[in-house]
Amino acid sequence: MLFFVQNKYNKGLMPPAWLNWTLVVISLTFLAVFLLLPLVIIFTEAFRQGMTLWWQSISEPEALHALKLTLLTAAVAVPANTIFGLAAAWCLAKFRFFGRNIIITLIDLPFAVSPIIAGMLFVLLFGARGYLRGITDSLDLQIIFAVPGIILATMFITFPFVARELTGLMTQQGSQAEQAALSLGASGWQTFWHITLPDIKWGLLYGIILCNARAMGEFGAVSVVSGHIRGKTNTLPLHAEILYNEYNFSAAFAVASLLAFLALVTLVIKSIAERRKKR
Amino acid sequence: MKYQFKQYNILPGFGLTLGYTVVYLGLLVLLPLAALTLSALQMTWPEFWSAISSQRAIRSFALTFGTSFIAAVINTIFGLLIAWCLSRMSFPGRKIIDAMIDLPFALPTAISGIALTAVYAPNGILGEPLARLGIKVAYTPIGIIIAMILVGLPFVVRTVQPVLAELERELEEAALGLGASNWQTFSKVIFPLVLPSLLTGFTLAFARNLGEYGSVVFIAGNMPMKTEITSLLIVTHLEQYDYAGATALASAMLIISFVLLLTINLLQTWSGRRLK
Repeated sequence: MLFFVQNKYNKGLMPPAWLNWTLVVISLTFLAVFLLLPLVIIFTEAFRQGMTLWWQSISEPEALHALKLTLLTAAVAVPANTIFGLAAAWCLAKFRFFGRNIIITLIDLPFAVSPIIAGMLFVLLFGARGYLRGITDSLDLQIIFAVPGIILATMFITFPFVARELTGLMTQQGSQAEQAALSLGASGWQTFWHITLPDIKWGLLYGIILCNARAMGEFGAVSVVSGHIRGKTNTLPLHAEILYNEYNFSAAFAVASLLAFLALVTLVIKSIAERRKKR
Repeated sequence: MKYQFKQYNILPGFGLTLGYTVVYLGLLVLLPLAALTLSALQMTWPEFWSAISSQRAIRSFALTFGTSFIAAVINTIFGLLIAWCLSRMSFPGRKIIDAMIDLPFALPTAISGIALTAVYAPNGILGEPLARLGIKVAYTPIGIIIAMILVGLPFVVRTVQPVLAELERELEEAALGLGASNWQTFSKVIFPLVLPSLLTGFTLAFARNLGEYGSVVFIAGNMPMKTEITSLLIVTHLEQYDYAGATALASAMLIISFVLLLTINLLQTWSGRRLK
């Protein structure tokens, strides 16, 4: 038989075969229509007019600039949020102190805030009539409609990923191993490098890879602060949007295919990290 | 000293890491939030009220909440079904499909928006047959719901799946052994145990849908009063440098999100207590 559906366990509730079949077929159809089809469309549309046009679309100067800006944004936001995540997880997971829950809530915040509002917060600070405009003007610094704003908005959206993942993991692991190392005379840093880090490395990778995917793909928040200046403040997702709105579909999908490929790579690394983490 | 800021602990680095965390959060989160609060406080109450009660704003709220709610309900139903198949059955390709569930987390929202529009546009692969049946998807609220189904789905599956996988199958054995039918075992034993996580998943998906922008704007058509979601209306205000109007709408949305976040936390405490 081409298609096998079985109960995974031979204990507990075991629905009859016809019911299992029906449930799996409904699930797969749902996923095919809502997940798989859009993904397939990205690649077929991107390559429909041939490899040459695809290559031209992603190697023209504006696209290359967007790619560079996307990489730059991730290169700043991901390390910054990784260091923050390690620091936050250390104090939240290993210590109990007053105000711990407030910090945890603040870390969850970007997940509850619409990306548009996240971008808007920075416009209110640094925009035309922004509250900190005096300071940035005196430093001759432009934040909104410029690269710093894009990086700031991306950092806001992506800072919870590493911190949340590691806080959960490190709380679960407790701190007996660290206490043993310290009582045997290891220094604080030695304990961190040789005891804590090897234990959390897969969780850390998991957090970083999700943070990176979001940093490279963020649209709403970045779109508010960027001003869509071509060749200047355009990231890859914004570039895809502009091309799409100009009815330049094959170029838009070529750029989209790059980001979709990144998403697929992310999923692969993520499932490897997940499996190693469980061990 | 009676009052203790922190419990005694031999691990080092508390001051350094907490200090860094607080400064980072202060600059990146509290400062921008203070800007929003300040901006809201500078408005008079009638100004604020007229900004959030204009025809256009009310229509956008109704559309955003309506579509988010319907999408979250669909997510909950199919999320449970998919989580059940992934955790209770074995079939070829199960692991790949399991990994695929997270695609909406990894795929940039704008990209899923463009792709969905291509699929459901009147000349799209599904849009064309649906249009022939007289169902217009793209550039209508149905399109918005479909975009939200995509982004919200992993939240339900990923909340329910671990709970289903860890259920004690002895309980089901006991129910079946005492003469319960399959359906009774599901509805009276399994479902009540899964319900808290299902509600959490629903709330997470609903909250995410309310704020969704990237995947919706392409397929929505963005006609004021008809297919304009609140996030887009905020962008429109910002583009016209109407910061007061944007602030009012954003504050309203934020307050609602906070209430939802609070609900999630309460649901989690409740489910944690129930399962113990």
